[in-house]
Amino acid sequence: MPSIVKPLVTHPGLERNALGLTIRDYEGGMSTLCAGCGHDSVTAAITHALWESDTPPHMIAKLSGIGCSAKTAAYFARGAHGFNGCHGRMPPIATGASAANRDLLCIGISGDGDSLSIGLGHLAHLVRRNVRMVYVIENNGVYGLTKGQFSASADVGSTTKRGEANHLQPIDPIFLGLSVGATFLARGFSGDKRQLVPIFRAAMAHRGLAVIDVISPCVTFNDHEGSTKSYLFTRQHDVQMTVTDFVPPAEEISATIPTEGVVSIPMHDGATLRFRSVPEGYDPTDRIAVMEHLMSARGRGEIVTGLLYVDEQSSDLHELGNTTEKPLTQVPYEQLCPGSAALAGVGFR
Amino acid sequence: MAAQHFAQPRSKVNDFALKLANVNGTGSSSANNLLMRSIFRMGVPVSGKNLFPSNIQGLPTWYEIRVNKDGHVARARTYDLMVAMNGQTYARDIAEVTSGGFTMYDSSWPLDRDLIREDVTYLGVPLAEMCNDEFRGPRERILMKNIACAGALVAMLGIDMEVIAQLLTEQFAGKDRLRESNQRALRLGHDFATSHFDYPLPCRVETMDATRGSILIDGNTAAALGCVYAGATVAAWYPITPSTSLMDAFAKYCAKFRIDPETGRNNYLVLQAEDELAAIGMVLGASWAGARAFTSTSGPGISLMQELLGMGYYAEVPAVIFDVQRVGPSTGMPTRVQQADILACAYASHGDTKHVLLFPANPAECFEMAANAFDLAERFQTPVFVLSDLDIGMNDWVSPALEWDDSYVPDRGRVLDAGELRELEVYHRYEPADSESVAARTLPGVSELGAYFTRGSGHTIEGAYTEYPEEYQAVLDRLARKHTAAAEHTPAPLVDQRAQSPLAIVTLGSCELAVLEAIELLAERGITADYMRVRGFPFGAGVRAFLEAHDRIVVVEQNRDAQLRTLFTLETAVSKEKLESVLAYGGYPLSAEDVVDGVTKILGG
Repeated sequence: MPSIVKPLVTHPGLERNALGLTIRDYEGGMSTLCAGCGHDSVTAAITHALWESDTPPHMIAKLSGIGCSAKTAAYFARGAHGFNGCHGRMPPIATGASAANRDLLCIGISGDGDSLSIGLGHLAHLVRRNVRMVYVIENNGVYGLTKGQFSASADVGSTTKRGEANHLQPIDPIFLGLSVGATFLARGFSGDKRQLVPIFRAAMAHRGLAVIDVISPCVTFNDHEGSTKSYLFTRQHDVQMTVTDFVPPAEEISATIPTEGVVSIPMHDGATLRFRSVPEGYDPTDRIAVMEHLMSARGRGEIVTGLLYVDEQSSDLHELGNTTEKPLTQVPYEQLCPGSAALAGVGFR
Repeated sequence: MAAQHFAQPRSKVNDFALKLANVNGTGSSSANNLLMRSIFRMGVPVSGKNLFPSNIQGLPTWYEIRVNKDGHVARARTYDLMVAMNGQTYARDIAEVTSGGFTMYDSSWPLDRDLIREDVTYLGVPLAEMCNDEFRGPRERILMKNIACAGALVAMLGIDMEVIAQLLTEQFAGKDRLRESNQRALRLGHDFATSHFDYPLPCRVETMDATRGSILIDGNTAAALGCVYAGATVAAWYPITPSTSLMDAFAKYCAKFRIDPETGRNNYLVLQAEDELAAIGMVLGASWAGARAFTSTSGPGISLMQELLGMGYYAEVPAVIFDVQRVGPSTGMPTRVQQADILACAYASHGDTKHVLLFPANPAECFEMAANAFDLAERFQTPVFVLSDLDIGMNDWVSPALEWDDSYVPDRGRVLDAGELRELEVYHRYEPADSESVAARTLPGVSELGAYFTRGSGHTIEGAYTEYPEEYQAVLDRLARKHTAAAEHTPAPLVDQRAQSPLAIVTLGSCELAVLEAIELLAERGITADYMRVRGFPFGAGVRAFLEAHDRIVVVEQNRDAQLRTLFTLETAVSKEKLESVLAYGGYPLSAEDVVDGVTKILGG
């Protein structure tokens, strides 16, 4: 068959998490992406963050749309259900899954075509609803599976392999998120796993929607000179706006790291987000200040990365809907059906 | 002033139709509804059909009331009494009055001489004048004009004044001032009529006992209740006429029945989506995760949902879709009725797809078929459509009181739990299939052993990606067998073969009342016909046997292209030559006369 089965190899010396699982237990099928694809590095970072977070694999729901990015949902957490939906439609499918079972850790994997073109409207409304999930945009500025058309995130002046320049303004998911009420916005680079893993861990602990825009170069169609989404260009222009540690609930903040100038944000589940390095005047909870910082960085041509904005106060989908704490899928039918007697008052008599 | 007298034509006691022509947005509908409800309360079979425009204020709107002691309350095409309150449509309205009939109009202004018909009696009531004298403020004057008009009609139709007064008391419970002004307006119109006209008219109501045990309910409310009773917990929708009131009613009944008494939390979640693509996506996501989830929509929404409907079919995800049909194509006429989404739903989406459809004919069936739809969707792991329409969905129908069997147990289909998974050597999503070609599914959040990757791309029976022909076809062929297996689980057709006639009339949905009345009218003319109303697709043995047993079959439906007839020719062995069509697709509910005319033409030709 055209899908490739990944051999299961477990090394006896591999470290185990609180559930007794190794990193191998959070891996998935064999990637069929091009060698060197940024997406595979993102997959590795997600895998690592899931392992570190001690999430039972069966409580994960992996959701994706269509495109190279969408395939990667099959490449991690083989013990989790996956839903590879239609192009751009992952947000509503994830919303439905999360509505039905609020205990699931939904991880959505999308791309710039999926999220910023065909599914842009759905993404905006997913943000507005603050559905509790991790939403990863593997952003490479190009349509890979259809061989190299510009996507909506391509920068003005960025060129295709054949040298044609893009003239259309890009859509930046971080600015979009800030404008429609996002509660967690981060940008990373697939080439920097050290930065990505804590961001993913924070995203998994966030109460609400966490959008992580990951610059993830396409080695086949968008890694040339003239591209602004290549490995080289990203490395040269990456400015880490913030450096963040994710401190899980059980761990105490180590006193050895200086706390001067550190912004600590308590998370809903008792964890702490510790911003170790932020520019002067940067408050990751102040939407307008963040917007101003990002605007001026854009003017300087910087690719700003880091956990950029957090709002731990806003209500998520289920809080807004006053939904029962138990997943709706677990409410017994007897509690759902009013019974024949209740029909007596129905209709006009 | 001496009472105006009229020649008495044949008695039309409890057998007449009236039409009220109004301007949209003037508050006429509540007054019209009041009349219909009072006739229902007098125990007389009645229907009220709201022919409203796609507009908030200003365009013409009509309300038709048909009263019939034998229960023939399909739409009438002509009217014994026209209540012409809209100058814009006078000419059209007066032309629809039966010869010997009556027209009531607002005589505050003179009627154009061109509008006078010799064979119609005109009843002028100076409604605007009376209400301007009696009430203050333009809004109240306009609203009360409708109630005063209702008062005049109460007198002319012999409606029990106490019944209607009681209705007002119920409607304005706790709002004494409103009740008082309504009662005053009612009395104003009533007293004018009784002092100026010979009342009641030959077309009038007399108390009967034919609605005992019945209720007045619209199909959207009934469908929403059906979803509550079936255990739906997630509902996603995008507002669209004429299905909006379905979701409004679902939210209303959930707020009544679905709040956890201990925590005050909701055992449901209604999601107003950004569009219909999102609505069906949410339904698929929720169903995939194990909830009973549904959406309500109409034709344009069905068009938008196509891609994900195909995914639901191919990846075998349950979904329930209520399509309250309106007039297409395109935006069409949003407030008019057709059954024109039959084929769009039967074969929704690209590629080889086939869906399960249910065809309710009245509110009671909307209620019952909700549970059927969820059972079928979960048993066969596939989208199921309930094809209601605007006439059923938005008009009040006299319906037997809704009944619920408390012994009902939802058919959740083949779903493996963690224990069952542990007993398996290995779990594969699409095999082994049972005798109905259904394989067991698993839900996220239950067990790693049941994990699989749901995909709309080519897959093997194990659920893995494939591009090999034999692996792809194995799944696709099973889906066809599964669809066939669903046939015997869809509701059986309703059949009446007492006529033992080689001629049959076949129909579906809201056409039923008109067709049944037409069969009686045809019998009076010596044309007898058997009857079948189809209630589900794929067609079961009952439908096939009926089609085989008749030599000449007239299919009555409300669309231009004979979609039900087409579905018969595609999905049964019936010979195309045996099938003929009566098609009414102008957008109004079907009349028996439409059917009689159509059948007579076919038989004469």
